[in-house]
Amino acid sequence: MAITTADLRIRRRPGRAARTPYLLIAPAVIAMLGFLVYPMASVLYYSLQHYNVTKPWDNGFAGLENFRTLLFEDPLFWQSLGFSVQWVGVEVSLQLVFGLALALIVNETFVGRGLARAMVFSPWAVSGVLTTGIWVLLYNPTTGVSRYLADLGLMQYGAAPLANPDTVFWAAVLAELWRGVPFFAILLLADLQSIPKELYEAASVDGATRRRRFIHITLPHLKDAIILSTLLRCVWEFNNVDLLYTLTGGGPAHATTTLPLYVAAKAAQSHDFGYGSALTTAAFLILTFFSIAYLRLSKFGANK
Amino acid sequence: MTLQTAERPRLAPPAQLPRTGRGEKGRVSRWQIWVPLALYLLFTLIPFYWMLVFAFRPRGSTSLLPWPITFENFETVWNDLSFALFFQNSLMVGIASLIMTTVIALAGGYALARYEFRGKRLFMIGMLCTQFIPGAMMLIPLFEIFRTIGLVNSLWSLVIAETVFQLPLSLILISGFIKNVPVELEQAAWVDGCSRLRGFFAVVLPLLRPALVAVGSFAFIHSWNNFLFALMFVSEQEKFTVPVGLAYTLGEFSVDFGALAAGGVVAAVPVVLVFAVIQRYLVQGLSAGAVKG
Repeated sequence: MAITTADLRIRRRPGRAARTPYLLIAPAVIAMLGFLVYPMASVLYYSLQHYNVTKPWDNGFAGLENFRTLLFEDPLFWQSLGFSVQWVGVEVSLQLVFGLALALIVNETFVGRGLARAMVFSPWAVSGVLTTGIWVLLYNPTTGVSRYLADLGLMQYGAAPLANPDTVFWAAVLAELWRGVPFFAILLLADLQSIPKELYEAASVDGATRRRRFIHITLPHLKDAIILSTLLRCVWEFNNVDLLYTLTGGGPAHATTTLPLYVAAKAAQSHDFGYGSALTTAAFLILTFFSIAYLRLSKFGANK
Repeated sequence: MTLQTAERPRLAPPAQLPRTGRGEKGRVSRWQIWVPLALYLLFTLIPFYWMLVFAFRPRGSTSLLPWPITFENFETVWNDLSFALFFQNSLMVGIASLIMTTVIALAGGYALARYEFRGKRLFMIGMLCTQFIPGAMMLIPLFEIFRTIGLVNSLWSLVIAETVFQLPLSLILISGFIKNVPVELEQAAWVDGCSRLRGFFAVVLPLLRPALVAVGSFAFIHSWNNFLFALMFVSEQEKFTVPVGLAYTLGEFSVDFGALAAGGVVAAVPVVLVFAVIQRYLVQGLSAGAVKG
């Protein structure tokens, strides 16, 4: 790139050349300052305020009171945080395992591979709401899969996985898994393709079994991709509310309410923006802290 | 994404036997590929198939084949439930986000790839940090902003929010692709008397096609699928997008499953079409942008 810059300086009048890159990134910078950075800063500001649209007489500086309420007087904060951790942990680890297996399978050479890839990756493009729609069709007790299984005598009539507190978690996990596995499969497949074939050939010549080749060549090569994709996915699964919002609505009895879902409900229903902002700030801090700790502990990029 | 395509791989002739330098030892057998792949394909395709059956079979039917085929469910959602309107709104938001994201990311990506400038590092770090900002948590402040500038209940609020959230990844992806275009190609164009801008359009842009396809389709798919912003920023029914309309079909007390399935098909068709176009670019596109940075 040094050549480019030098070349540029020779060709162009100095003042103009210096301005060009700033003009080019200006739209992006302005958009992100206005609609990402400023809103983020205003969340921090509101989190220190009493700010409720429906109770304007109470508005004003609150100090850390919102955070005190959140930490000591709001069991739903802790409950939704706990559920978020459970949801993200189960979802991301299952998605990683199945996604890696799937990537290894569609990385092999076989006839019809292109078509097989397109089909197994396709749920990646499906929205959370549509996923809900599809799985409601599958789960509903009157015309869903359970009815046909009951017709065959394989189970009882009337099973409603989404209404039963014992099964709602796994029913939601399965639906999200359907749409989430392709993300890992796509990212890991890209990295699998970059492993030099010669490594495997050399290992085969030396008599390494397939399992040993997987452990000593494939996994180390994929390490950084796995770390980064799991981190991106954790953040995404933590933040995304579409599926749970529409599939379970956070219920039954708040059993499937994640922290962002709780925030969205607070903002939409009770109009308590001050407290909602405090919840947002807390979630952002937790997420940032987790991300830094994760990258440090996993020694991201250490062996390259 | 239909049943017929699901059956096709099984008719395929057996995979080739030894051809590469790999010996027989530790070689993956055909069964080790086909059995798990077939199981996973069932898991992936049955839900799609279930939706199609519910959408195309007559009301009250319990058949597991969409036969006799009927379009009454589509007539219901398209006309009675105003999906025609929602479809139009979603399409407008999707295309506007696609254009804005691509143009802004192209300009910024070129600057990042081809120039050294003060603040570049800070900008890159800032963009990575935005990946941790939760969309759901931006609802309150973004709503306030859109209310101030009078964009609540306007589809432009969705276009802006979508574009802003798509920008960081798109910028990184496009600048990565531009870096891979040898700068000598551009210099040759300059020597031939092209301006920097003309050189870019004549030489670089044609080579960026895969990147543009990837960025544009991601932007379209994301904005087509977005639910939460559309739910919160738009409350007039004639401005609903497809996911919001679909969510309302779900929310009815007695769900009309036929209509829900038909609405699902309406929501799925554009993304499936876009996906069919981009799936060959997907693996390189995503990795170049998201992982390799």
